[in-house]
Formats: sequence, C-alpha cells, structure tokens
Amino acid sequence: MSSVVAAAPALPLHKAGPYVAAAYIVFVAIVLVYVAIMAVRLTRTEREVTRLRHDVEARREAEEHEETLA
Amino acid sequence: MTYGRGLRGLSLATVATISLAFALVFFYAPLDADQGFIQKIFYVHVPLAIVSLCGFIFGGVLAIAHLRTGDRRWDIRSYVAIHMSLIFGIAGLITGSIWAKASWGHWWEWSEPTLVSFLIVLLLFATYQPLRFAIEDPERQARYASVFAITAAAFVPLNFIAVRLAQQYVHPRVLTLGGGNLPGPMRLTFLISLAGIALLYVTLWKYEMTAKNARMQLRAARRALSGEDTIAPLRRSAAPS
Amino acid sequence: MRTVVTVLRKDLLLELRTLETVPAMILFSLVTFVIFHFGLNRATIAGQLAAGVLTATLLFAAMLGINRLFVAEREQGGFDAFLLAPVDRTALLIAKAAALFTFLAVLEVISVPAFGLLLLGPSLGPPLPGLIAVLALADVGLAVIGTLVSAIAVHTRARDLIGPVIGLPLLVPALIATARATGPLLAGQGHTSPPGKWIAILALYDLVFALLAYAVFDFLLED
Repeated sequence: MSSVVAAAPALPLHKAGPYVAAAYIVFVAIVLVYVAIMAVRLTRTEREVTRLRHDVEARREAEEHEETLA
Repeated sequence: MTYGRGLRGLSLATVATISLAFALVFFYAPLDADQGFIQKIFYVHVPLAIVSLCGFIFGGVLAIAHLRTGDRRWDIRSYVAIHMSLIFGIAGLITGSIWAKASWGHWWEWSEPTLVSFLIVLLLFATYQPLRFAIEDPERQARYASVFAITAAAFVPLNFIAVRLAQQYVHPRVLTLGGGNLPGPMRLTFLISLAGIALLYVTLWKYEMTAKNARMQLRAARRALSGEDTIAPLRRSAAPS
Repeated sequence: MRTVVTVLRKDLLLELRTLETVPAMILFSLVTFVIFHFGLNRATIAGQLAAGVLTATLLFAAMLGINRLFVAEREQGGFDAFLLAPVDRTALLIAKAAALFTFLAVLEVISVPAFGLLLLGPSLGPPLPGLIAVLALADVGLAVIGTLVSAIAVHTRARDLIGPVIGLPLLVPALIATARATGPLLAGQGHTSPPGKWIAILALYDLVFALLAYAVFDFLLED
C-alpha cells in the first residue's frame, strides 16, 4: 500500500491541465447528452403508456356499461 | 425478450469501474517521462477508440445473425451497436485531436496512423444511417443495412493494416505508448479504464435496446387495443422498428 | 458459369452498342489530367505525386462507371428476370464485376498512356509491366467493391450519391496500396517491379472482399 502512495505524484497544473480537462469533459459531456436524449424518449414513452392505460380503462367501463344495459 | 434485466447491476458496475479508473488516472498512474501531464488523455482516448472499433465489429457480427436468421431483432441490435460505436468513435476522435493539439500544437496529425485509420472508419460508418434512410421498404432497409454492416466490419482490420504500413515513421509514434512497454501502474490504470469504457458501451447498448423494445411493445399494445389505424405510422426513418 | 458468360456478354454488347459509360470515364480522366496540370501548376510530375494523381483520377473515373452498373437492371426489370431464372444468383455478381473490370481495363489502356504523354515526367516504358500488374490487382478490388456498392445503391433514393459515399472509404486501403506501389515505378529511377509489401496488401484486400461479396451478395437480390 505504501508503494502505491509513494508512486502517486503531485499534480502539476501547468499548461497541460486545460487540455486534459477538456478531453475528460468531452467524454463526460457526450455521455450526459446521450442520457438527456434518452430521458426525452422515456418521457414520451411514459406519456403514451398513460394514454394507453386510460384507453384500456375507458374500454372496460364501456363494456361494463353495455353489460348492465343488456 | 426483456433487455432491462441486469441493467441496474450493469450500470452500477460501470459507475464503479469508471470512477475507479479516473481515480487511478489522476492519483495513482505516474507521470509519463516524455509528455508529462498531457499523457493522461491516453487513458480516456485509447479505450474509447478500442471499444468503438470492437463495437463496429460486434455490429457486423449481429448483422450476420440477422441475415442468417431473418429475425428483425438482430437488425435492431446491430443498428444500436453501430450507432453506439459511432458516438464512442466521435468521442475518441475528439479526444485524440485534443491530444494532438496538446502534443504537437495542431489539431490533426497525419503521421499518427491510428487517428487516420479511425477517421476513415468513422467516415465509412457515418454513411450507415444515410444509407438506411435512403431505402424506404423496411425489410429491404434492414437487409441492405446488414450487408453494409458486415462489409464495413470486415473493412476495419484491413484499413488499420494498410494505414499503419503507409505511415512513414518520420515522427516517432508519440500518441501511443508502444503496446507492452507500459510500466505496471500505467498498464493497470489503462486496463481498468478500458474495462470501464467497455462496460459503459454495454450498459448504454442495453439501455437503448430497452428503450426501443419498450416503445415497440407499446405500439403493439396500442395496435392490439385500438386497431391498425389509430396510431400514426412511423415516419420514414433510418432506425429499424 | 454459363450464366456468368451470358450476362457478361450482354453487358459488354450493351456497352459496345450504346457507348454510355466507358467513353465518359475516359473523357473524365483526360479532363482531370488537365485540371491537375493547372491545379498543381506543373508541366511534369513524377514519383509519388504522379502515382497519387493517377490513382485518384482512376478512382473517380471508376465511380462514374460504378454509378451506371446496375441502372439498366433496375429500370428495365432485369433484377426480376434474373431472380426468376433458375440460376445461381452469385453469377450476377461475378458477371457484373467482370464487366466493370473490363471497363476499367479499357479506361486504363487509354488514360495511362495519355497520362504518360500529358503529365508524367519519366518515361512510361520501363515500369510498364509492373504498372500493369499493380493496376490489374487494383481493378479487381475496384470491380468487387464497385459491384457490391452499386447493388446496394441502386435501390436507394439518392442513388448516385450513396454509391461514391459508401464506396470511397471502403476503397481507401486499395487506394493507399495502389498509390504506394506505383510511386517508385513512376519515379524514373529504374525501378521496374513494384514493392512487394503493397502488392501483398492489394492482393489481401482483393481476396477478403471478393470472398465477402460472394458470401453476402445473395441477400441483396432477394425481393
């Protein structure tokens, strides 16, 4: 364990810092953009599922109504 | 077939691995003697590139399954795999370009064969979706897309061989630490980073497949309930459904 | 085998009578040489530059031929007729690839000497056998990929665009190998045989894609 600590260098933040940061930020940003797109799709799916459920229940009520009439 | 099963465990594993990888990159891996801090980009750029290429070949294999079985679900899997690989590939290209700018001072480097091969592969696979979009009949679209995916996947190794041979080694290969020359801590960090990004690919693939599958089932349920004409037909699209 | 010969004969006769494709390819290559002369502002070129100009010109001229390859089949029901006939479907691939190879060979018979006259500095004589070998191998690759890509593109809406857009990246390894193999030949320093490394790459490329096209072509013809 001590060898791990001994090998860990201090982080020099000279000019290279911004580039490394940029690279990692690009990576994270792309993943998060993807998550956002999927979130939009998920919301749409949820809305359609809700509509479907309402229609199923409406259909069932209509059938019960017919049965009571008959 | 449900794709969501195991997705939670998979995503947790992905988070853990990537977090560990980034921690190792910044707190454990020693500084490279030549490039200093800039070399840290290597740990995110190279895994992205490797996973992207494997993803393209994975997409080709799935396309073979589609052609052999005729089952459209393989085509959807292939489409998602290629789509994911393209995104990972673009990320790899951007990070590679940032690395080139930091190392050489310009945003592109023709003498780096991996970057060049990668650009060509991405240019090829970028035509996958326009090709799909240009074919209207869904069954034919799926079939032709699979033919293209298989051809393009076979192209990947050939392309790398050709480009690598073509590069004059005037510049030493700066952007890649020669395979196998990585000292221990660097190699460990690299492998964990590679594993993390590979897990990310699989997780996102499953994620997208789950979403697509849910949407398809929803449409089927809607059709079963209300009849064929109550849902708007999907607009002509590049994505299989 | 007979099917291949029949279809090939049909295509060659058609081209001979209508002269739509090959003259256009030849003219295109000649005009491109003129454009290169002005674009590069050079009276003669040699070596790798000459190899690059020649390869690129042949490649783009080939694209013209590739765009036209299956158009007749598509517009006049040739695909359906072929599917109805009790023949091996891969014969269409082989026949069309052979036809495209022939067109490219005719193109090169005219445009390579023209290149030697117009733009090339060193003499074309000594490296000619080596050059023919390289171009023959390159033509095989162009023919195979061209046929595959053309068959894919002919059923799409943006037919003339999709063909080159898909075909050119696929042809990059062949382009690299052809240009690099030809470079030393056109340098005027007495090389008469092309470097073995690039010949091997070209041959490998041809083999891999010929096998792949053979395996995959059937799926393009189903209806």
